[in-house]
Amino acid sequence: MDESRKEFWLNAVLLVGLFATPVIAMMIDEPFYVTLATRVAIFALAAVGLNLALGLGGMVSFGHALYFGLGGYVAGIMAHHAFSGMPMVFGLSGSDQMLAIWPVAMLLSGLVALVVGVLSLRTSGIFFIMITLAFAQMAYYFAIGWPTYGGEDGLPILVRNQFPGLNTLQTWHMFLLAYGALVIALAVFAMLRNARFGAALMAIRQNPERVAAVGISPFGIKLAAFVISGMITGLAGAMMADLNRFVSPSMLSWHVSGELIVICILGGVGRLFGPLAGAAIFVGFEVIFGGLTQHWQFWLGLVLLAVVLFARGGVIGIIAGRERHG
Amino acid sequence: MAEPVLELAGVSKSFGALKATDDVSLTLVPGEIHALIGPNGAGKSTLMALVSGRHAPDSGHIAFRGRDVSGLSVAQRARLGLGRSFQVSSLIPEYSARRNVMLALQARQGHSYRMVWPVGRDRSLTEPAQAILARVGLEGRASVPSETLSHGERRLLEIAVALALEPAAFLLDEPMAGMGAEGGRRLTAFLDTLRAEAPILLVEHDMDAVFALADRISVLANGRVIATGSVAEIRADPAVREAYLGEEEGA
Repeated sequence: MDESRKEFWLNAVLLVGLFATPVIAMMIDEPFYVTLATRVAIFALAAVGLNLALGLGGMVSFGHALYFGLGGYVAGIMAHHAFSGMPMVFGLSGSDQMLAIWPVAMLLSGLVALVVGVLSLRTSGIFFIMITLAFAQMAYYFAIGWPTYGGEDGLPILVRNQFPGLNTLQTWHMFLLAYGALVIALAVFAMLRNARFGAALMAIRQNPERVAAVGISPFGIKLAAFVISGMITGLAGAMMADLNRFVSPSMLSWHVSGELIVICILGGVGRLFGPLAGAAIFVGFEVIFGGLTQHWQFWLGLVLLAVVLFARGGVIGIIAGRERHG
Repeated sequence: MAEPVLELAGVSKSFGALKATDDVSLTLVPGEIHALIGPNGAGKSTLMALVSGRHAPDSGHIAFRGRDVSGLSVAQRARLGLGRSFQVSSLIPEYSARRNVMLALQARQGHSYRMVWPVGRDRSLTEPAQAILARVGLEGRASVPSETLSHGERRLLEIAVALALEPAAFLLDEPMAGMGAEGGRRLTAFLDTLRAEAPILLVEHDMDAVFALADRISVLANGRVIATGSVAEIRADPAVREAYLGEEEGA
């Protein structure tokens, strides 16, 4: 079978499989797996964001927890104020409506990504990695030291935020929201990748000097991609906070940044469905081996090592071969 | 003589104690091929980097199409119409030959922030790209990733990318390098016709090609221009013979 056809079918299997998991789980009355599938969808969504910067643009951000946590705190703080009735900053009132929370989470994440991007994108390699890490760690310690919203203990979301027409307290409905957001994000990713913007972005990853020599400034293209990337990961953070009904500084920690990179690498860096394949493996490992041993991350590390050494294209690359740009 | 497209006036550039470019002045006028020659280490590459915008001069001015471009970036100068090819092929390795040319076309047309329309179905990119590849004889290799093209084919693709920019001046850094005798002859014939489209500043080691093509030659040694003139004048110049041609005799 032709490799691009293989990739198409693999993608279809992943997308249908993710949808079928909670449906089957409900039929056999195992609600735990509905939550699990929702986690996979939200992690995949966060990684789609990172994949835009890392996979297409070659920007190794080791600080995407910043946007994930920021989105989480937007959901938590807005819900907190909606519950207490106290106004937030500038006298704005809180909200328990996801349709109000999500745009705020994306806008704030995008603004922060703009600042981080402007300050970091002139560097590359290890310097870029360290600057992005530093910004995320600053936010992490800030959240720990900020008692208004729980500090180190985090902030519970007492009642899940609302979405018109759905009962978000039913995890199945949460899954539908996360799945829908993931599908839209994948469509956006594919659209950007195939457009002129993506052509320039992927070329910059491979040879920025050549791209400048034909007259496209790499900085602006990378910055735009970085901002969109932060926005998508921020949305995922807001959803994860609602799924867990809890947000804490750990969402901002470098572990999360690392996990998102691991998800991208396992699935296939730069591949459309790499984040979904990676998130499925990541959460799967957590469940299967997490039940057997405390040290499940050790075994995940071995798998990661094998992928990096022997299968650079991740799971998608193993099955569907290298990507071609006709 | 017509108004120059490109003019360098008193351009100098040092790296530490090394004067890589020392008070260089030269012009490129419409319709000509102006060749830059000189022994290894004479400062040809630095001069190309100064013209393309990769390095900023310490002193002196570079004017392109009547405007001072000394402070502009590589991308800004390219947008003004400076089409360059690299000494070592510098392409987008995973992109096919067609995609490499399409990237240059999209840069020329602008709209690199367009986020919706797929480039693969954009006829304003695919059709001219195919025509340009045909001009350099690569139409049969359009779908091959540039990293798997042969060395000679990559040299031709470099030229195709420069053509796609429809530049006001070509800046070609050793286009013949490693082309082989037959490929070199074909490329020489092609460049001969190209000067009608835009003047060419040509750095080249292949003396047969330089003498066949150049309207004017400037000779660099130790960062300075030691002579500028026609092929016959340069061949007869004693300083040039000593600095350069003499060493190469029999090579």
